[in-house]
Amino acid sequence: MFAYIIRRVLATIPVMAVVALFVFSLLYIAPGDPAAVIAGDQATPADVERIRQSLGLDRPFLVRFGEWVWNILNGDMGVSIFTNLPVTTMIKQRIEPTLSLMVLTLILAVSIAVPMGVVAAWKHGTWIDRCVMGFAVLGFSVPVFVVGYVLAYVFALELDWLPVQGYTAFKEGLFPWLENLILPSIALGGVYIALIARITRATMLEVLQQDYVRTARAKGVGQRSILFLHALKNAAVPIVTVIGIGMALLIGGAVVTESVFAIPGLGRLTVDAILRRDYPVIQGVVLLFSFVYVLVNLLIDLLYTLFDPRIRY
Amino acid sequence: MDRRTFIKAGAGLGLAGHLGLSAPAHAQGANARTLKFVPQADLANFDPIWGTQYVVRNAAALVWDTLYGFDEHLVPKPQMAEGASVSADGLTWTIKLRAGLKFHDGSTVHAKDVVASLTRWSARDSMGQMLKAIQQELVAVDEVTVRWVLKKPYPKMLMALGKNSTPMAFIMPERIANTDPFKQIEEYIGSGPMRFVRNEWVPGSKAVFAKFEGYKPREEANSWLSGGKHMMVDRIEWIVMPDPGTASAALQNGEIDWWENPITDLVPQLKRNRNVRVDIADPLGNIGTFRMNHLTTPFNSLKARQAVLAALSQEDYMRALVGDDTNLWKALPGFFTPGTPLYTEEGGDLLKGPRNLDLAKRLLAESGYAGTPVTCIVAQDQPITKAQGDVTADLLKRIGFNVDYVATDWGTTGQRRAMKNPVGQGGWSMFHSWHAGADCINPAVYIACRANGDRAWFGWPSIPAVETAVDEWFEAPDLDAEKAAIRRLNRAGMENVTFAPTGFFLQYQAWRANVSGVVKGPLPFFWGVSKT
Repeated sequence: MFAYIIRRVLATIPVMAVVALFVFSLLYIAPGDPAAVIAGDQATPADVERIRQSLGLDRPFLVRFGEWVWNILNGDMGVSIFTNLPVTTMIKQRIEPTLSLMVLTLILAVSIAVPMGVVAAWKHGTWIDRCVMGFAVLGFSVPVFVVGYVLAYVFALELDWLPVQGYTAFKEGLFPWLENLILPSIALGGVYIALIARITRATMLEVLQQDYVRTARAKGVGQRSILFLHALKNAAVPIVTVIGIGMALLIGGAVVTESVFAIPGLGRLTVDAILRRDYPVIQGVVLLFSFVYVLVNLLIDLLYTLFDPRIRY
Repeated sequence: MDRRTFIKAGAGLGLAGHLGLSAPAHAQGANARTLKFVPQADLANFDPIWGTQYVVRNAAALVWDTLYGFDEHLVPKPQMAEGASVSADGLTWTIKLRAGLKFHDGSTVHAKDVVASLTRWSARDSMGQMLKAIQQELVAVDEVTVRWVLKKPYPKMLMALGKNSTPMAFIMPERIANTDPFKQIEEYIGSGPMRFVRNEWVPGSKAVFAKFEGYKPREEANSWLSGGKHMMVDRIEWIVMPDPGTASAALQNGEIDWWENPITDLVPQLKRNRNVRVDIADPLGNIGTFRMNHLTTPFNSLKARQAVLAALSQEDYMRALVGDDTNLWKALPGFFTPGTPLYTEEGGDLLKGPRNLDLAKRLLAESGYAGTPVTCIVAQDQPITKAQGDVTADLLKRIGFNVDYVATDWGTTGQRRAMKNPVGQGGWSMFHSWHAGADCINPAVYIACRANGDRAWFGWPSIPAVETAVDEWFEAPDLDAEKAAIRRLNRAGMENVTFAPTGFFLQYQAWRANVSGVVKGPLPFFWGVSKT
C-alpha cells in the first residue's frame, strides 16, 4: 500500500509536467495581449510595444517556457503581470474562500444527497422516489447563477436573513463565516447533490437486489441497518468515485458562484486573469487545480480499499 | 424575522461569544466613518503612469495629488502649486509649491519630487510627450520652485498639468518617480488625502484607503479636482463586484454605500428603493464609436466609409446601449463632447436627418466594393462594445456588406486592432470602442480624433486637413481661435470619416440615502462625501 502511494505521488510529476506544457503552449498560441490591456485604450502602438518588451513577452517561446519551468522547480510561480504581486501571494489570498466554499458544499451535498439516494432506492417507484428524481433533474437543469440569484433575492433581499455577497474569514468566527457561505454553498451544491443522489439511488437499487440483502432481511435485520450498514457500504465505491469526479464540477461551478456572490476566491482570480491575459497567474492557478484534482483522485483510490477490502494495490 | 433580529435572538441565547457571533458590520457605529464603494472595475494594479485604465486613475486621485486640477468648468486651478508664472516669450514656466505639503511617509514634498514625477509622466502622456519634445530643461530651482524651459511656447501647459484624462500628472516621491515609466512602481507613497493600505489590498476583491492626517487641504471650496479635498470619512473600502445584479442587491441591502456604474436595466429597481439615490454619474458622459481600418479594403475607400455614415442611425446604437430613457443619450454629429466649449457639429450633415439607405448603397457601389468580407471585431465581455457591434453588423448587412462578425473578448480586441495585416491574414476592418467624454474635450487629450497616419490611433487615418487644424488649435491664442480650429477639424474629420461616432450617452451612479456629498463628475470624487 505504502509503495502504491509513493508510486501514485511520483506519477503526478509527469502528469503535472504535461499539464504545465499544455497550459503554457495554449496561452502562447491563444490570441490576446496583456500589454494592450495594461496600456489602456488611449495608448499608441509604440507604447504597447514598449510594455510588451518590458514584460519580456517578445522573447521566444522556448526561452520563456524554460525560465518558467526552472522557476517552478525552485518554488517560484512568478509575478503577476498586472498586480506586480507574486502569484503565490495571490493564491494565498484567495485559497481560503474557495476551499471554504468547496468543503462546505461537499459536506452539504454528501449529507443531503446520499440519504436522498438511499431513500429513493428504498422507496423505489413511489412518490418519494419521483420527488427525489425530480429534484435531481432540476438540480442538473437549473444553472448555478440562476439558483444563486433566486437565493440571494429571497434570503438576502426580501427576508434579510443573510448577506448578499462577500466572504468573512474563518478566524473572524464560525457564524460570520457560515453567514457568508450558506447561500453560495446551496447554489453550488445543487448540481452536485443531483449527481450524487442519482448515482446513490442507481447503485443502491442494484445492491438491494443482491442475495445477501435478501438473507439479511430473512434473518430479521432492521431496514435501517440493511440500508446504511450493509447495502450502502457495498454501494460506496461508485458513489465515492462520483464524488471525486464531481470535484471538477465544483471547481467549474465555483467560478460562477464566486462571481454571483462576490467571493474573492480562486475561481474569480482565474477568470480575471484569463480576461487580462495575466499568464503567470493563469498558469499558477491551473497547475494548482490540476494538482488538487490529481490528489483527490489518489484519495478516492485509497478510499476504495476502505470500502472494499478485496481491492488491493 | 430579519437578520438583525435573528442575530440578536442568537446573542440572547448566549451563542454570540461562543460562535463568534457579531452584529452586522453596517450596524456598528464606527462604520459611519467607513465608506464602502463599488468601483467600475477591479483595481488590478496601482501605478497611474504605467497602467492608464480609468479605475487606476480614479483610485490614484485619492492617493496622489497634482500640481493643478480641473474644476467643474474644466479650468485648471492650482492644487499642490501655489501658482505658476510664464515668461513674456512663453518659453519659461515657473511653478511654486504651496507650503505644508507632505508625502504619506511624513517627508516633505520638494521640487525635485515634482521634477522626477513630471519626467516620468511626460514619457507616457500624449501632452507630456509634446512637452518633452520641446523641452530645454526641467529643473528644481530650490526646494519649492520648479522651472520648465521650453524651445517653443506651449500655451496648454496648465491644462496638461491639471487634466483628468489618463495618465494624470500625479506627484510622487523622487525615488519612486525615478522608476522606468514602462515598469510598475513598487511603493505607493502618495501626496493626496488618503493613504493606500497595501496590506489589505486583494486584487480582484478589495482595496482600502485610510485618511492621511498629514494632508493639508486647500482653503478654497472644492470643485472636482481642485480646491479643498476634505475627507469626511476615515476609511474607504473599494469592493469589487463583477456582477451588477449582486452589486444592486448589496446596495439595496445596505452592504455597500455607493455604486459607481449601475447598469441601466437595474436603475428603475434602484429608483424604487427609498433608501437609494440615483443620479447621472458624469455630465461629460461617453462617446460610442467604431473605427474603420483606413488601410484595408473596403474602408480604405472614402465612399465605403461614407456609405456607413449615411445609413448609421445613432438612435439605434443609443437605444441598444442605454435603453428607452431618452434623457440618457443624444445624437452626436461631431467628435467632441456636447456641452463643452469646443463642441461643434460643423461638417456633420451626413449623420443628421433621416437615414438614407439608398444613398449608402449607391456610395458603396461607387466605392467599387466587390463583396470582400468585412471583419467586424466585437468584444463580447464589454456590454458597450457588444451592443454596438450587434447594431453595426445589422447595419452593414442592410447596406450590402459581406459581414464577418468576429465575437471575441476585449483582451483579444486590444491585440488584434494593432495588426495592420490585410483582412484574412489576421487583419481587421472595424472594431468598437467608446471614449469618456472628459477625454474628448480637445485634441490634446483626444488621440482618437487625430489623423496622422501611422502615428494615429488604430485604423490609422491619414487626413492632412485634420492635422493642420490640430496644429492651429495648439497655437490658438484665445478661445475663439480654438473654436475656429476645431470647427475645421470636425469638418475635415467628418467629411473624410476619421471614425464613426455612434452617439453621446450618460450613465448613472447610485448611493445609499445616508450618504451625502456625492457629486457628478468624470471620476468619483470622495472628498466632501459623508455618511451617517
